[in-house]
Amino acid sequence: MPLKALTGNESMAEAMRQINPDVVAAYPITPATEVVQIFSSFVADGLVDTEFVAVESEHSAMSACVGAAAAGARVMTSTASQGLALMHEVLYVAAGLRLPIVLCEINRSLSAPINIHCDHSDTMGSRDAGWIQIFSENVQETYDNVIQAMKIAESSRIPALVTTDGFILSHCLERIEVLEDSEVQSFIGEYKPAYSLLDIENPITVGPLDLQDYYFEHKRQEIEAMREAKKSIEKVNKEFGDRFRRRYDFFESYKLNGAEIAIVALGSTAGTAKVAIDSLREEGKKVGLLKLRVFRPFPYEKLCEVLQKFKVVAVLDRSDSMSSTGGPVFTEARSALYDLTTRPRFVNYIYGLGGREITESDIKKVANEALKISKTGKIKELVQYLGVRE
Amino acid sequence: MASLKELSKKKDLFAPGHRGCAGCSASIVVRQTLLACDTPVVCSICTGCLEVFSSIFPYTAWKVPLIHSLFENSAATISGIESAYRALKKRKRYTRDLKFIAWGGDGGTYDIGLQALSGAIERGHDFLYICYDNEAYMNTGIQRSSATPLGAHTTTSPAGSVIPGKQQNRKDLTNIVVAHNVPYAAQAIPSNWRDLTTKVSKALSIKGPTFINVLSPCVIGWGYEPSETIGISKLAVDTCFWPLYEVENGKYKLNYKPKEKIPIRKWMEKQARFRHLFKKENKKIIDEIQNETDRKWEKLLKLCEE
Ligand SMILES: Cc1ncc(C[n+]2csc(CCOP(=O)(O)OP(=O)(O)O)c2C)c(N)n1
Ligand code: SF4
Ligand SMILES: [Mg+2]
Repeated sequence: MPLKALTGNESMAEAMRQINPDVVAAYPITPATEVVQIFSSFVADGLVDTEFVAVESEHSAMSACVGAAAAGARVMTSTASQGLALMHEVLYVAAGLRLPIVLCEINRSLSAPINIHCDHSDTMGSRDAGWIQIFSENVQETYDNVIQAMKIAESSRIPALVTTDGFILSHCLERIEVLEDSEVQSFIGEYKPAYSLLDIENPITVGPLDLQDYYFEHKRQEIEAMREAKKSIEKVNKEFGDRFRRRYDFFESYKLNGAEIAIVALGSTAGTAKVAIDSLREEGKKVGLLKLRVFRPFPYEKLCEVLQKFKVVAVLDRSDSMSSTGGPVFTEARSALYDLTTRPRFVNYIYGLGGREITESDIKKVANEALKISKTGKIKELVQYLGVRE
Repeated sequence: MASLKELSKKKDLFAPGHRGCAGCSASIVVRQTLLACDTPVVCSICTGCLEVFSSIFPYTAWKVPLIHSLFENSAATISGIESAYRALKKRKRYTRDLKFIAWGGDGGTYDIGLQALSGAIERGHDFLYICYDNEAYMNTGIQRSSATPLGAHTTTSPAGSVIPGKQQNRKDLTNIVVAHNVPYAAQAIPSNWRDLTTKVSKALSIKGPTFINVLSPCVIGWGYEPSETIGISKLAVDTCFWPLYEVENGKYKLNYKPKEKIPIRKWMEKQARFRHLFKKENKKIIDEIQNETDRKWEKLLKLCEE
């Protein structure tokens, strides 16, 4: 397998080149701009024969993606932050119309105040839009996730969003293994849409008004499709692992065996957490990490199975839900375990907003506090803010 | 150009039985347009009256492929469809010849969708955009748009005891589109079927973004009897409020010149939305509307070298 030194953005653009979608409609925004730029140069240099639509906004980017996908094309785009927020309305349309668009999303904070650095507010803001959401720990995963997402989206007929962390991964150079173009093509296969607007002999109306008598059934089907998508994800993960020897799952368990407490984290922070855990383990502390990779659909059954045995689970959230009761990963993970008769205590740490650094010692602090709770059974504060001046 | 007889023999691509109001001109515009298409068309449409009354699940009046996505993105949606079409043709996965029409009301076109329209035109997609302009947001209960004429009563520019209806003149969207240097832009009206269908065929025969703005009277929002839709359309043209003209590669051409220019009040007095303007104290507003109509008409005559 060829080795390449690529940044997160370059790896996404490279995966897009190898997928060679029919249509890409996109608009630049830091830190995702490069994905769009690099892909445009692939188009300009004839390395892909994609129709690239350089739209005038992200709203139009996703709208054009919806139109193209409804016309039966394989479609991709990329954005971040305000761009994803501007797409918000259209994200629901893509999902509701069951169009398997793949979006390369670079996690970045949301205004105000304006800030271009990483947090997960943008992606979490669209968590209920009906898109599959996959997080990446490093550049290798970013690349692998994009390729798998195309197949997951098309086989489940649900759009998928692959995220990488702004600057931390998007602009970080890493040595990764890339697949051959032919391997990518044979893995994703030919796309055969269920319906197409271009099918003149069988004209269809897409997106009609759906009132009290049918809307709920259609939404129910969409929800069911998201549940079913778990099977597609499993299948695609397995096939990818079997073919290319890199294994993926809904989450990764890192040193959870024999651990007393578990930390839950998404994205690049999982990498930092692994280092912290290695060092704590050397000190003889029984701590482990659960790195959540697939946030939508939320793998609550599997999460229950794995997390139930811990005394304390500390969830790291790189965004806040402004509910005053913690971040989105925390509330969902905690709720997933609610029905168990014996369940871990949960605590939440909001960290890294607007790109604030999270260090090995921050994570050690979280782990040590969790160990303390495990001993004393006392939680001083349910939700804490890590690395902020207060 | 097809004769009425020829058109009547063609298969109707917009079915009856939809839920438009009796006398709604939007459905007449769609029907005439689809009759004028010789190549199969794929359509996109904005949220608004036309979409809502013609496609209520599990029914649809559209016998051509149609997509409704949102209120402001008909042009962006069609640009995606047209790009997919070119991509699939290039890759030899699709072989038929198609044309593309994006529909929008005045709200979806003059206001919230103006950016998407401007972007799609600038990118040069091969599509026809048709605005059925009924001069307000009818679907949500007759709110003002930037196409609502001066003085008109709407639910967000009500004729009150202090403020007599809308305070601004309407936006000249046709000329805004012309300023994009499109190969073809025109104004049309449902009462002149020959002019409208000719313009549709012409626009579809031209490569690149083309635009037709069709003034489309609304029974409810304008306040008149359903039987008067065509009469009111004719008066809009004969008062020179809505001139029928086209602009081909920058060259203006007047398609119809009234023998006698009828005063604007004759058109206004038939519509409840202008009723309050006929009070003595509001006469100056009617004069203002007349002056604005005259000014624009004279300007157009010059552009058309009439
Ligand atoms: C983003 C957004 N804002 C507001 C609305 C509510 N809305 C739906 S249709 C409409 C007005 C449509 O007006 P127009 O385009 O003139 O079409 P008409 O109903 O008059 O035919 C509005 C305000 C919406 N659907 N989406
Ligand atoms: S309210 Fe007006 S535009 Fe809407 S269906 Fe009725 S007549 Fe047509
Ligand atoms: Mg309107």
